[in-house]
Amino acid sequence: MEEIGAAFVTALKLIITGDPEVLSITLRSIIISGSATILSALIFIPAGSAVFFSEFPGKKGLVNLINTLFSVPTVFVGLVVFIAISRSGPLGGLGLLFTPGAMVTAQALLISPVITGLSISALSGVRPEIKDTALSLGASRVQIAITMLREVRYAMAVVVLAGFGRAISEVGAGIMVGGNIRGYTRTLTTAMSLETSMGNIEFSMALGIILITIALFVSIIVYRLQRL
Amino acid sequence: MKKITLPLSILFLTLLLVAVSMPACSAGAPEDTGKSITPSAASDAGRILAKRDRVKVATTTSLYDTGLWGFLEPMFEKKYNVELDVLYAGTGKAIEYGTRGDVDVLTIHDKAREEKLVADGIGVKRVPFASNHFIITGPPSDPAGIKGMSPEAAFKTLMEKGKTSPQQVQFISRGDNSGTHSKEKAIWKAAGYEYEDVTKSGPWYVEAGSGMGPTLVMAKEKSAYTVADIGTFLAYKGKLGLASLVDRGAILLNVYSVIPINPDKVPGTNLKMAENMVDFLTSPEIQTLIGKYGADEYGEQLFTPSAGAEPVE
Repeated sequence: MEEIGAAFVTALKLIITGDPEVLSITLRSIIISGSATILSALIFIPAGSAVFFSEFPGKKGLVNLINTLFSVPTVFVGLVVFIAISRSGPLGGLGLLFTPGAMVTAQALLISPVITGLSISALSGVRPEIKDTALSLGASRVQIAITMLREVRYAMAVVVLAGFGRAISEVGAGIMVGGNIRGYTRTLTTAMSLETSMGNIEFSMALGIILITIALFVSIIVYRLQRL
Repeated sequence: MKKITLPLSILFLTLLLVAVSMPACSAGAPEDTGKSITPSAASDAGRILAKRDRVKVATTTSLYDTGLWGFLEPMFEKKYNVELDVLYAGTGKAIEYGTRGDVDVLTIHDKAREEKLVADGIGVKRVPFASNHFIITGPPSDPAGIKGMSPEAAFKTLMEKGKTSPQQVQFISRGDNSGTHSKEKAIWKAAGYEYEDVTKSGPWYVEAGSGMGPTLVMAKEKSAYTVADIGTFLAYKGKLGLASLVDRGAILLNVYSVIPINPDKVPGTNLKMAENMVDFLTSPEIQTLIGKYGADEYGEQLFTPSAGAEPVE
């Protein structure tokens, strides 16, 4: 117990004094996971909307599959991306492995089911009157879609934040495809994994506190948005 | 078709943006693994100003956990004006990275597998650049009573005592196909055991599947025995409270080599920089620094420079 207390105090000192290493790891984490979230949202919110607005056989099965993939293991995504972008893999020519871009790709893929699935359920939550009113006013299919998407814009922000939360807190995929290179692909979670194994508990604790704080901020924003 | 091209172009645009912005954002303040020496300011200025080539080295965990790579990295980057990415992995994983073409050069420690790599044409050559020795470490109370034995006799004793009283005597194996793991297997063989039988011999034998540092920490937590390279052991000693119990025996020699990956066999790897790495590690200046590394801090030499020749016990 004493060890935890002492580590906590040292960790707070590292944060308050603005330790450059802690700062740069934090910044890098936010940039990488932020990019992954934006990338994933740009592709999979439209994809989720497309699934919602179209009718096709097997739609229900597809939605179920997407929801199942919410909890796809991070290491599995890491493995798939590793095989794909390794030099001997199909996308090896891009030279992406062990770069921040690889981590962005893996995290974007990891959260894609969350973004797609939650987009679909956000749209499902729109009151049917809105669609009916738009229809009665003579709106085209595209206009109806736009109206409904506008209606769920806050819910979509929540979707994006949920994706970001999963991206920034994952470690398995990031460490496999990023390689945890100091000053390049080392993020909050991968640094915690290494530093804990090396016995630098205080440093890990500082990063952990920052990670929790980020998660807290995200959930506060989500809470606010949901009340709008 | 249109539906597909739009998301795809967005994907590529974003990736491009990321690729462009990353070198800038990686130019943060110097980071330190805790024990290594802070990289020079010049190296960091270089990161901001110039977009330099990148070269990737996969290294055995012991050269990383001791902080040696953190110490050498800025010197190499400055000398050859290049960004050096150091990936720490067990020797087995490092060889896999090299074979797949994901790194340009390896610094590892498993002579048999290194020679096979060169024979297969994947490695250009094998150049030893430093050595030290392995030890068998365990709790200072030494419940199995192996202190001062030969490595082979110590392993026999551990097996016998471990089987009969697994509560008192446990052994933690790296279990990760690393160079240290290979050495452990070699000692079992020399002691007259089949490794297959050792792994099935009971709960006293624990496979960690982790790097050297984490395995030592686990040995401490479980008051167990393990095989470690002396470098990592000394670097972690302060945190561990484990004792070095067996440190003599020809079989305990530990040789670190540098191996450039052959772009003819594995396309896309950077042979020029890999050759620079060989020159760098075997240069008199760096050899001296390797010999001195950690000596003040840990009170003992961590590595013996070997200047490209095969070290002997």
